[in-house]
Amino acid sequence: MSPSSPDVTRGGLPSAFLRAGTSSFVELATAVAPDVLPSSRLAGSTSTTNLGDLTPHGTTIVAATFPGGVVVAGDRRATMGNMIAQRDIEKVFPADEFSVVGIAGAAGLAVEMVGLFQVELEHYEKIEGAPLSLVGKANRLATMIRGNLPLAMQGLAVVPLFAGWDEAARMGRIFSYDATGGRYEEHSFFSVGSGSIFARGALKKLYRPDLSAADTTMAVLQALYDAADDDSATGGPDLARRIFPVVMVAGPDGVERVGDDQVGTMVDTLVGGRRTRPDGPEAPVV
Amino acid sequence: MSSPFYVAPEQQMKDRADFARKGIGRGRSVVVLHYADGIVFVAENRSQALHKVGEIYDRIGFAAVGRYNEFENLRQAGIRYADLRGYSYDRTDVTARGLANAYAQLLGGIFSSGGEKPYEVEIIVAELGPGAADDQIYRLTYDGSIGDEEHFAVMGGSADASAEVLRAGYADGLDLGAAVRLAVQALGSDAGPGTPVRELGVDALEVAVLDRTRALPRKFRRVAGPRLAALLAGEATTAGNGDGNGSGDKASASTTSPAAPETSLGAAGTPTTSAPEEPGQAPGPAS
Repeated sequence: MSPSSPDVTRGGLPSAFLRAGTSSFVELATAVAPDVLPSSRLAGSTSTTNLGDLTPHGTTIVAATFPGGVVVAGDRRATMGNMIAQRDIEKVFPADEFSVVGIAGAAGLAVEMVGLFQVELEHYEKIEGAPLSLVGKANRLATMIRGNLPLAMQGLAVVPLFAGWDEAARMGRIFSYDATGGRYEEHSFFSVGSGSIFARGALKKLYRPDLSAADTTMAVLQALYDAADDDSATGGPDLARRIFPVVMVAGPDGVERVGDDQVGTMVDTLVGGRRTRPDGPEAPVV
Repeated sequence: MSSPFYVAPEQQMKDRADFARKGIGRGRSVVVLHYADGIVFVAENRSQALHKVGEIYDRIGFAAVGRYNEFENLRQAGIRYADLRGYSYDRTDVTARGLANAYAQLLGGIFSSGGEKPYEVEIIVAELGPGAADDQIYRLTYDGSIGDEEHFAVMGGSADASAEVLRAGYADGLDLGAAVRLAVQALGSDAGPGTPVRELGVDALEVAVLDRTRALPRKFRRVAGPRLAALLAGEATTAGNGDGNGSGDKASASTTSPAAPETSLGAAGTPTTSAPEEPGQAPGPAS
């Protein structure tokens, strides 16, 4: 029944839907309606020109674990060259009830890939009657990134950061990816995107494994501030428009977005501190 | 080569309908009814793994009786239909009406085609609307007929006897506990009036709700274990059950005897044995 489905032989439900087959939405769509998938787009293009200028780029995502889960945050800026394409883009999404995905790279493609990933997880859960394990989810995302390799080689790379609460291991876990679909588990904290070098440097000094959820959130906000301080493509908190980073916390009770008023209060504290010490809180030398 | 016997089309359809009904009649029933915060599905099902009730989409649930492999196939096809449609258009563009129509086309096509045996299933597709008045329950039979059910729907072997109990006990705005207890009473009364009601415990029931008060977009939720036991016992659900959605008993109706049914209940709960004739649908059984 998809608009592009070639096989509508049996009334409203194409027979492909009835054949017992895959639990994967991506595989189903590839078989039934391949043109709805991002990976099939431009697939025939042999052009070697860099297509990266066609779409805005999203920038910095930061994640850090704490004893009760994991915090993921992203700034709100998307850039096209030297222009700010959007100042309130959201780049951190709940992937399902217990996991979060943040994206850097070609924004249009990345947002679409997140949508596809969300459907993929939900589809599996409904068909099978049980959710995928956290590592299983991370691997599905790797497969989807791998499918995007032809576009990545033309400048449309999508670099996600995946994190969530692992019910079996009873802890928060973080996974990073490269453009070829390589999946790497990260420990304690990680960051992707253009400002990630600065954010990671900041977190190195601020992060402690025993921080509370609120303190971890503050550390992550400090890291984003430092990224925006040194990377022009990362947006700092917009105090005039009250646009703040998106912060999500995944824990045993599921994913929760930290409210804008709460983030706003923390950002006000953060900026207040930076007025007296612009480089942020100092870490002891020894 | 022997020439085939002539069979009148009426007889052929009747035979196929009898065949399908016989298969469906062997199974235990499923009850779907409205309650204060949404729609509740109650099935007699002793298996923890083979579900009769399932989630299709954010606000759409599915229930079935009959042959497991056939309705499981339909359930999965429905999920594929809904997910693909929601991904291609938007999540709000997936409706129970569209899905019920797709199912009706499929079931009707198979029933009237000479080649395949008819599906021995009956299914319910229910959708949570924005408000209680917009909730929908569609009941589909093996021949592709669709009924848009008011208040409640029953299907399965002894649907008539169960529908009687529901008709007597149903009222608008039952809380979840009262709705579940009424459904369980209806399922246990399948031997007909005058016979003792069978006791059905937590292990023999599969219960799920489409809960309007749930904060997440996906409103479908299974109710099992201690939470179901509490509902059956008529205790007010405590907030500490790990699911703080406020979907517990609202302490509105009394625990055992819900308010008297409204007078306008005649259209509800059409019996299984007379499939409603819908204009434009596949031909109903000849009986």
